[in-house]
Amino acid sequence: MNPPPAGRASWATAGRLVLERDLRLAFRRSGQLVQPLAFFAVITLLFPLALTPELARLREVAPGVLWIAALLSSLLALEFLFRDDAHDGTLEQFVLSGQSLTLLLFAKTVAHWMLTGLPLAVMAPVVGVALGVPLQALPGILAALALGTVTLSLVGAIGAGLTLGVKRGGVLLSLLTLPLAVPILVFGARATELAIKGADYAGPMYLLAALAVLGLTLAPLAAAAAVRIGLE
Amino acid sequence: MDWTWFHRLASPPHVYRIAGTLTPWFAWPAGLLIVAALYGGLVLAPPDYQQGDGFRIIYVHAPSAWLSLMIYSTMATAAAIGLIWRMKVAHAAAASCAAVGAWFTVVSLVTGMLWGKPMWGTYWVWDPRLTAQLILLFLYLGYMGLRAGIEDTARADKASAVLAIVGIVNVPIIRFSVEWWNSIHQAPSVMKMDRPSMPADMLVPLLMMLVGFTLYFVAVLLVRLRAEILRRERASSWVREAATA
Amino acid sequence: MNDFLSMGGYAQYVWPSYALTFVAVIVNIALARRAHAAARAEARRRLSIEGEDR
Repeated sequence: MNPPPAGRASWATAGRLVLERDLRLAFRRSGQLVQPLAFFAVITLLFPLALTPELARLREVAPGVLWIAALLSSLLALEFLFRDDAHDGTLEQFVLSGQSLTLLLFAKTVAHWMLTGLPLAVMAPVVGVALGVPLQALPGILAALALGTVTLSLVGAIGAGLTLGVKRGGVLLSLLTLPLAVPILVFGARATELAIKGADYAGPMYLLAALAVLGLTLAPLAAAAAVRIGLE
Repeated sequence: MDWTWFHRLASPPHVYRIAGTLTPWFAWPAGLLIVAALYGGLVLAPPDYQQGDGFRIIYVHAPSAWLSLMIYSTMATAAAIGLIWRMKVAHAAAASCAAVGAWFTVVSLVTGMLWGKPMWGTYWVWDPRLTAQLILLFLYLGYMGLRAGIEDTARADKASAVLAIVGIVNVPIIRFSVEWWNSIHQAPSVMKMDRPSMPADMLVPLLMMLVGFTLYFVAVLLVRLRAEILRRERASSWVREAATA
Repeated sequence: MNDFLSMGGYAQYVWPSYALTFVAVIVNIALARRAHAAARAEARRRLSIEGEDR
């Protein structure tokens, strides 16, 4: 590989800079950081009120509740993944920077996951306790959500790129992303269910990991193509 | 290899003309096959030993389900060709596919439910095939929504092409995950079409239906493609002759 | 003939399935032809406007 010309950062530096920038911006506007988490908590709070306060029955639906709440909270934050940067011209600078757009957008997606997926996964055990989940299941829930939200962020980045050119694209973004998220939901909820039952949840975790690998290899390319089209 | 045919495929007036010539060659065999298969399926085929005459729904359910998937892959293939070789005609073809595909996805869902009622005792069971069809319907709706949401045709073409390609990569994964989910929860499944023991007088009408519906789709696609090309090329000079002819 | 129409007791499921499918088949033919006719009409309309401009 040729050394980068003077004045241009290597790809690793460029990726790291984008990641750091997004994290710093998010912490400066901490509202955006807290909102998906609050949303996640509110949704899970609604289920006991709608169904039953009995922990035994809540425990049965807990995997579904946790995953659907995580899916929706993650989607909520996705709408803004590229939007602000498209408006103020940052994405155009990315395209012109001579760096790989795929890489830079991947860095943004990683930042998105660190700011929503990871906190959601960390928070899930707390919410899980409120749904009657036994303590020994908590590591499993955390691992499944952390892994599943990686793929979710990657798939969501494609949807966010595609809806860049759409006015009020929030609902459309959900319509595009949710059907694609079905496998994540199926495997993730199953892993969580097995973890709650105290059974071995390695099987669905492998499938989740396979989805993550596939997402990591293909989704950034599609997201970059989508953003390029959206910027035209 | 001679690639002129490929380049000619990129020329809208050429495709417009060819599509017009080809349409009856697909439409008539499609009509004949479907009518013959109707007779074969409704009259000649014996009742199923388990499902009686109820199984005859297969002759409309299976072709619709087949079309819904086949049209989605056609759409994604056309979209990929349009994206890779910047071929406008391919984008027009992809755009022509979506509505037809969504129609037949709905038909396969409703006929599946009508078949399910006598077999399961209820219209809806979370059968893996029905569930996967339902998700496919949402993939179609998302594709159509994205197309409708972007005003500029060239951008709508490219964005929806990316979505169609992402979708087609996901279709087998979604199907696998739904089958896997179903195998855990043990819901009943009646709609097994891959019975190797199906006798010939049941199987032949089914195959004729499948071929007939496929030809039918090609004919509809060709007409829709001509409309789409005409709509997109309305500013060019060749349209003058095509519109008045 | 009555035997045929009753479909061994499954008439209420078999016939609506066939009816719906053939409605879809016909509607899709009609929609495609209408789209083509509309596109041609639109092209002709544009030509006549151009003609007046000249």
